[in-house]
Amino acid sequence: MNTALSCKHIEVDFDGFKAVSGVDLELARGEVHFLIGPNGAGKTTLVDAITGLAKYSGSVVKDGEELRGKKVHHIARRGIGRTFQTAQVFDNLTVAQNLDIAAGAGRSPWTLLRRRRHLPQNVVDTMARIGLADHADTPAGVLAHGQKQWLEIGMLLVGDADVLLLDEPIAGMGHDERETTGRLLHDIAADRAVAVVEHDMDFMRAFASRVTVLHAGAVLASGSVDEVSNDPRVQEVYLGTAKEAADAATA
Amino acid sequence: MSPAPVRMFLKTRLGTWTGFGAAAIVLFGLAPLLLSGFRLGLLAQFICYAIVAVGIGLAWGRGGMLTLGQGVFFGMGAYLMAMHLKMADAEFRNGPGAVPDFMELAGIRELPAYWAPFSSPAFTIAMILLLPTAFAVLLGLAVFKRRVKGAYFAILSQALAGAFAILLIGQQSLGGFNGLSRFQYFFGFTLADPVNQQMLYFIAAGVLLAVVAIALQLRRSRYGELLVAVRDAEERVRFLGYDAANVKVVAYAVAALFASVAGAVFVPVVGIISPASIGIVPSIMFILGVAIGGRASLVGPVVGALAVAWAQTALSEQFPSAWTYAQGLLFIAIIALLPGGIASVFKRFPTKRTPVEAAA
Amino acid sequence: MDLLVGQLFTGLSTGSILLLAALGLSLTYGQMGVINMAHGEFIMAGCYTAYVVQQAVGDAGASLLIALPVGFLVGGAMGLVLETLLIRRLYHRPLDTLLVTFGVGLILQQVARDVFGAPAVNVAVPEALRGGVDLLGVTVPKTRLFIMALAVVSVAAVTLVLRFTPAGRRIRAVVGNRDLAETAGISSRRVDAGTFFIGSGLAGVAGVALTLIGSTSPTTGQSYLVDAFLVVVAGGMGRIKGAVVAAVALGALQAVFETYSTASLAKVGVFLVIVVFLQLRPQGLFTLRTRSLA
Repeated sequence: MNTALSCKHIEVDFDGFKAVSGVDLELARGEVHFLIGPNGAGKTTLVDAITGLAKYSGSVVKDGEELRGKKVHHIARRGIGRTFQTAQVFDNLTVAQNLDIAAGAGRSPWTLLRRRRHLPQNVVDTMARIGLADHADTPAGVLAHGQKQWLEIGMLLVGDADVLLLDEPIAGMGHDERETTGRLLHDIAADRAVAVVEHDMDFMRAFASRVTVLHAGAVLASGSVDEVSNDPRVQEVYLGTAKEAADAATA
Repeated sequence: MSPAPVRMFLKTRLGTWTGFGAAAIVLFGLAPLLLSGFRLGLLAQFICYAIVAVGIGLAWGRGGMLTLGQGVFFGMGAYLMAMHLKMADAEFRNGPGAVPDFMELAGIRELPAYWAPFSSPAFTIAMILLLPTAFAVLLGLAVFKRRVKGAYFAILSQALAGAFAILLIGQQSLGGFNGLSRFQYFFGFTLADPVNQQMLYFIAAGVLLAVVAIALQLRRSRYGELLVAVRDAEERVRFLGYDAANVKVVAYAVAALFASVAGAVFVPVVGIISPASIGIVPSIMFILGVAIGGRASLVGPVVGALAVAWAQTALSEQFPSAWTYAQGLLFIAIIALLPGGIASVFKRFPTKRTPVEAAA
Repeated sequence: MDLLVGQLFTGLSTGSILLLAALGLSLTYGQMGVINMAHGEFIMAGCYTAYVVQQAVGDAGASLLIALPVGFLVGGAMGLVLETLLIRRLYHRPLDTLLVTFGVGLILQQVARDVFGAPAVNVAVPEALRGGVDLLGVTVPKTRLFIMALAVVSVAAVTLVLRFTPAGRRIRAVVGNRDLAETAGISSRRVDAGTFFIGSGLAGVAGVALTLIGSTSPTTGQSYLVDAFLVVVAGGMGRIKGAVVAAVALGALQAVFETYSTASLAKVGVFLVIVVFLQLRPQGLFTLRTRSLA
């Protein structure tokens, strides 16, 4: 297995509340790795920890380098990219400008202070790849919801991230868009490690190469889709929540 | 005529040159022709405020940093220039090492050591350019690296203006409450001569054009796009691998530099600088013109600052009470109802809802 | 020893003044994330309330007792009007709110100037509060002690209201999670209005108290505002506990600086200390760490 990112015993403590307690996680290139679990399981907090937003104890190593204690932008420079539950793009800038910024973290001050004469080739290629080639000059703020999610993924691609942490990338998408997104994820995972935080079980079954189930801040189970869905503890957690939901609905 | 084609034209290279050419004709040709010496002096003073406004437009309109303390940098430039002018006047009268007149009156016989280098024009100009900028970089790094932003930053910058004004009032060797005034010469030219006053106006107008040109280049560059990105979603920019703090520091420092240069020009034009014109209230008043003209636009802050300064001069003496009410109402009406300022009225196709300020 | 006690007292006294001025500000910021620049003018309104009441009543002691609740109502009413007419409409635009409320403050100052005149007016101190008390060998003015007591009472009252009344629970619910509170059936609009009433009322009370130690002019409120803001910034915006600690600390700091230098350098010193302090705790003294981007 071609390990890109290795997390060991991650703990995140919010003033006494352990949002993540002792999680081990390996992300491998070539895999679309789903992180699932009920609300409050610690999925997004784990992503926050890896990307330097939340303080944690434990260790995150990418390609032999320890990332704990590094600043958010330094971690991003080392090829770890993330998206957010609600797509965060620069609404007032065009699609091309969004991608150009994402592609330019390594630019010199001199380059930054000059006008852009033409779009970098990888920006042009990526626009085609995420299906936004016709929208180069569209302000990102007026894109459809799904298009914004794709733009966010595209911004990670042009930035040369090879570990992608995607937080609910298909939230609010229609059926066709989900299919497209799923295929796109596998396409980009060919030479990258992709982790997906998701609630949608159908999407997970259709596209996961590997699944890790989080519950109450800890790893409940990890493995292939079949292994995980047959795990009795996972069934208990999910059936439990399903039962409560049903109870709440009938109450 | 619909404004959209004009806007499109101005975005082209030819359009930019045409715009600057027209501005130059108005500033250097028409204004001296049509205005009396007194009014031209007033315009020079207003232009100084407009130079500050261009910087605020960059920091606040494009960068989302509501800087309520530009008086500090304006004051730095002004006091540095005023120190040189006082030194030069004293040396002209009483030879090298002479004590400026206001110090004699205050009973200071010995020239304070920190005054001495300011007898050199080159040193003074270097300080005017470097000192406020360096101070802004240091303060910006201290504040933005720790992600102090939004209202926190606004209040800190305001407190800074307050502290700076109080500090100056306490300094007898800088004229205390009265500040520095009664300058006779400007780099060897007597200030009483109308020809030299016109020269000062030309200097102010030239600085304004230069400052607008720099701001334009910054806006159109990749940096300008990055700055808007930081304004709208600072965290997102960090996750793309940029140090967002550095992006903000640059805009903040440029705004400080502009304000300092404006202050330095202001002193020979107006003939006085005192703590009263750089404290908390004057600092926040710089914002008013920018807001009216359009914080995110290039020319808006210039027009707004000129208009507010003109209205202040025309109205405040005759109707002091009514003018204060008008200022208050303008703050309320423009910010609440027309946050994009007058510039946004000319935009034919505004985007859905321009978030002109970064969420704090 | 005397010097130390004297300094300690000056610090506590300055701190309690800061706290009175900042308490309401801290409350409204915590509630709505709104910086109200007109808060200083609400303080000024409290000062003039004390002045007007004394003109009407005559007796200094009775007028002080009447002016305190009246000042609360005057400040509160002004806050309520401001919240309903403007601030509510600018939700999610905190910096714009700051500038708009500054405009309101300008207008209020000019109203005071037109009604009461630009020169300062004075309010007579009640007989019972004149002179000083000997405390550990230091003579302490009674007015200062009264203000310290008032600050303690105000903090206690706010804490009790927040903790133990249904209205306080609603306020805390909205501060904690506005959307969730709304789905739980709490009208965040009414809670906002209520909080603004209390916070602005506290400014009015502060104004009444401040007439005991200084004269009143249209710009009185403005002079307290920046210091009050610094308290809120250093304390962690919206944290009552933080405001208390920060007010006392800044008061003490100012007292110490003033002993060893001039009052003007003390202001600069306090500012520098706050900038350095924010390097260590960018979000102020007390904040809750949660999972959020903000």
